[in-house]
Amino acid sequence: MNEPILRVTNLQKRFGDLHVLRGIDFSVEPGERIAIIGGSGSGKSTFLRCLNFMEIPSAGTIALDGNEIGKSRGREEIRSYPEAELRAVRERVGMVFQQFNLFPHMTVLENAMEGLLTVKGMKRALARERATRELEKVGLATKLDAYPGRLSGGQQQRVAIARALAMEPEILLFDEPTSSLDPELVGEVLRVIRQLADEGRTMLLVTHELGFAYHFATKVIFLADGVFHEVGTPDEVLKAPMQERTRAFLERFTEFAF
Amino acid sequence: MDYQIDFDLIFRSLPVLLRGLLVTIELWVPTVLIGLTAGFLLSLARLSKSATLRLPSLFYIELFRDTPVLIQLIWFFYAFPIIIGVQLSPFVAALLGLTLNTSAYSAEIFRGGMQSIAQGQWEGARALGMRRSKILQRIILPQVFKRMLPAFTNRIIEIAKMSSLASVLSVHELMYQGRLLSSTYYRPFEILTTVAFIYFVLIYPGTWLSARLERRMAEKA
Repeated sequence: MNEPILRVTNLQKRFGDLHVLRGIDFSVEPGERIAIIGGSGSGKSTFLRCLNFMEIPSAGTIALDGNEIGKSRGREEIRSYPEAELRAVRERVGMVFQQFNLFPHMTVLENAMEGLLTVKGMKRALARERATRELEKVGLATKLDAYPGRLSGGQQQRVAIARALAMEPEILLFDEPTSSLDPELVGEVLRVIRQLADEGRTMLLVTHELGFAYHFATKVIFLADGVFHEVGTPDEVLKAPMQERTRAFLERFTEFAF
Repeated sequence: MDYQIDFDLIFRSLPVLLRGLLVTIELWVPTVLIGLTAGFLLSLARLSKSATLRLPSLFYIELFRDTPVLIQLIWFFYAFPIIIGVQLSPFVAALLGLTLNTSAYSAEIFRGGMQSIAQGQWEGARALGMRRSKILQRIILPQVFKRMLPAFTNRIIEIAKMSSLASVLSVHELMYQGRLLSSTYYRPFEILTTVAFIYFVLIYPGTWLSARLERRMAEKA
């Protein structure tokens, strides 16, 4: 049994009166690919965003390689999270967003180089080499000098993936990476993600693409009302769900299947 | 038109007017440089999560935006010395008034610019592990600058024109010299037309340059 690379204990997140995550215990082992599914507002994006501290948890702990992040403040359940420590976590836990969040004033190559230059302090030539390699890998070798505004959504998302990969993260988080894409562009992005799966990378994916989740994941989590409602292999959760709630959720996806 | 234009007077006035122009530039350039820099810092305070930074900066900005510049200049010459107990020279009082006024206005331009940059830009950079100062410097400000270039150009032009108000404090800048000459020779037409022309020559290259820059940036994106 592998040591978990990431361990989450009693994770909670509140936005004012809204209790979005209600105590999640969970761990990720190296090489695991986890698909998180659930209705909108179920807290699945918030959950993912807590893992690289885009959202600061209201309670609970997150440990990376056994080291708990942040400091507990006496007996309070709220922890303090020094920025420097969070930056170190984000360097190791990469993220790809629904809206890509590319830097529009930089070329494709510059986008992929930015983290290497400013975070890793890498020499320009070396950063260029590595960024180019990652961009070639996602099939954008011919677009290095283009600005993101000139690319299709699918190409932009592939740049965003290359940008995250260039940092050589140990864990990659995908927050609905295909939800803002035209249907005909979804495939090219999913193919890149599957290619990463074949490399044995550790990844978490929040998605509505259940078919992709089935083929991609080693584990599927159905999140509802801020808790893990059902966890299992893709076959267990997607084909033979135990919970009524999971079945109802999946039925809405197959309602108009042909 | 029966009026005989006295061209000779214009030529004789030029040395005095150009000395005034020099003082105008001496007011203009530092006001732009210091005012914009202070405005940037002020906008950071204005956008800060901390109320001890945010509220005073908000108060300052509104104070300068919601009172006439003319009063501000006069106030710094006549009233401010009473508070600090030191008489300021007209030039320093004018420079102080113009600079503080500019910092308040440009703080609002910076703030508007930064708020117009989508939250996703901060997130994309934060997710890479970038520190806040780097995100501002490399991701946010270049986009703010580009988007706000017309507003900044306007402000810089406005400052050149606004500096003419320093004439009420007897700062010997272009407008003051112009008024002095035109009342000495009773020739407002020649003198003030020349003054306006000099202001135009001073300001127009800036407008032209920024229009060019905007076009080039538009082509790039």
